[in-house]
Amino acid sequence: MRRKLTPYLLALPGWAWLAMFFVVPIAGMVSLSLTSGNVITGFYQTFNVGNYLDAITLYSEQLVRSLLYGLGATLICIVIGYPAAYWIAFHGGKHKSTYLLLILLPFFVSFVLRTISWKFTLSDNGVVLGTLKSIGLLPADFAVLNTAPAVVLGLAYNFLPFMVLPIYAVLERMDHRVVEAAHDLYASKLQAFLRVVLPISLPGVFAGGLMTFIPTTADYVNASVLGGPGNTMIGSIVQTQYLVNNDYPIAAAITFVLMGVLLIGIFSYARALGTERVMEVQAK
Amino acid sequence: MTATTEAPATTVAEPSTAAVPAISLTGVTKTFQSSRESFTAVGGLDLDIESGEFFSLLGPSGCGKTTTMRMIAGFEEPTTGVVRLDGTDVTDVAPNHRDVNMVFQSYALFPHLSVADNVAFGLKRKRVGKAETDRRVAEMLELVELGGQAKRKPSQLSGGQRQRVALARALVNQPRALLLDEPLAALDLKLRQAMQMELKRIQRDVGITFVYVTHDQGEALTMSDRIAVMNEGYVEQLGTPAEIYEHPATRFVAEFIGTSNLLTGTAAATTSDGTDVRLDCGQHVLVAERLSEGTQVDITVRPEKIQLSTEPPDASLSRVRGTVADTVYLGSSTHYTVRLDDDTEIVVFQQNDRDLSAADAVAGRGSDVWLSWRLSHSYLLPS
Repeated sequence: MRRKLTPYLLALPGWAWLAMFFVVPIAGMVSLSLTSGNVITGFYQTFNVGNYLDAITLYSEQLVRSLLYGLGATLICIVIGYPAAYWIAFHGGKHKSTYLLLILLPFFVSFVLRTISWKFTLSDNGVVLGTLKSIGLLPADFAVLNTAPAVVLGLAYNFLPFMVLPIYAVLERMDHRVVEAAHDLYASKLQAFLRVVLPISLPGVFAGGLMTFIPTTADYVNASVLGGPGNTMIGSIVQTQYLVNNDYPIAAAITFVLMGVLLIGIFSYARALGTERVMEVQAK
Repeated sequence: MTATTEAPATTVAEPSTAAVPAISLTGVTKTFQSSRESFTAVGGLDLDIESGEFFSLLGPSGCGKTTTMRMIAGFEEPTTGVVRLDGTDVTDVAPNHRDVNMVFQSYALFPHLSVADNVAFGLKRKRVGKAETDRRVAEMLELVELGGQAKRKPSQLSGGQRQRVALARALVNQPRALLLDEPLAALDLKLRQAMQMELKRIQRDVGITFVYVTHDQGEALTMSDRIAVMNEGYVEQLGTPAEIYEHPATRFVAEFIGTSNLLTGTAAATTSDGTDVRLDCGQHVLVAERLSEGTQVDITVRPEKIQLSTEPPDASLSRVRGTVADTVYLGSSTHYTVRLDDDTEIVVFQQNDRDLSAADAVAGRGSDVWLSWRLSHSYLLPS
């Protein structure tokens, strides 16, 4: 009897942690998202589903924009991160850990600071644009800041390591002889990559995709620092509603709408990639 | 003696009458360069591998056998020399344009593809039609007895099954030559012995040239038509298994192959356990294999498998009597040379796990002793 209980007892601290810091706050937030009132009179539980209707109707533009920005940043991360991970795994030689450290190095500086430094770098008359303008390569009114590309690139920059590391992990663990086997079986270099390396590394791309798409979509720092009024992301709305307007119910409702949309997106993404199959390969 | 000892005169001297070798290496060397040092893996190789033969490259690790195979496959480019397939110079041809296929030591199966798709991989790249691909894949899976496993993933197969998928994946392309890089090394002993027979059967069935890399002399002797014994980048001896075993050309070959004792005899009678063999010295031993009466057999036993005792051992074991001719004390073990009536010498490695004085008493020079070993510890060389 005792032996049967042991695993559950061992899991108990974990469950307690989850209950206290995940289940309880989420339940509290769900409850909060259904209340009415304001910060002065207090909030009363009225099961006010209207908060959700407001969240969707008032902020659908920012919601869609967030998803698009997140998607764009994720795609850029794949395009930049995959070759980087591939190169380190296959050609990194003795210095693999050095290259990985270089990938992680920006993390030693605060996320907000890094984003602000981008603002300086990309400012209209800063080091980069100012120089290019002075030598006449760019028109004087050219701007990067306060545009959608600035936000998307900032997101991609900040979350790139989350894409590189999972892809690297899969490529590194892969038996590199399979590439030789593919060549031996008449595959060209491109075919060997497309038919063997890429499919085997898909679980890494899948994991990296999740780890970049979710935080980039919910991010508000990049939009606030690098974007303008036209680039507001849903995270900024939540932040404003909470901390500026103190409209907790609507902020909570927006949060859950975003969560719901992300979950639907993740499940259809997993379906499309055939995650079960993908996971099976990874398990091996 | 370092270079090839037996230059096959038929190929170079009389090109008009001899068949073109399936694989021909001429003056091949391979030196690996790194920033600090260079390492010569293959020092100079002239080899002709005939069409349809089972050819083994045998040697200890680091002797250059795998590098040689990888140069044939095209994964390594020779530093100097020429590699020919069917007389055509392929030295600079990429692996995907060479008509040879390889069975990797780790199998290197594609984990994301089913067994059937693994086997079909090469045919698809060669743009063989779907109907023919399906037919050949099914045929090949039957040949390696994996007909029912076509839809499974490599991760769902046992080691022996994976090995056969790797074999099927290479053979289905009907290459000019099949290269096997220690393909049985990862299997346990029993499976390995079964697969040795299996490989030989398949090779006979398909008639394709097999080039087999191994460090296991038993494996090479059992399966090969010819063996090249390699050492430090050179071929020490090239010949049939019997030639190499009975007439080692160099000290290296003698030592490398000589870790087995050889007992010659004739099958006298079959018993429920196997065959009773009458040795040339007149004594009888049991072997597990069933042999027809009168068959000449060479029995080999590894020295460490033999038990040495003064009392008659259990009759279910293979056993012979002899006289200790010499002992060499090596600390953890003692090497005995035991002489039979016909002066056959049997080397025995005995672990010194017993009390030393007792072992000494058993093993004194000139004392009569019994040698015994389990039936499974001896095996027959093809004669």
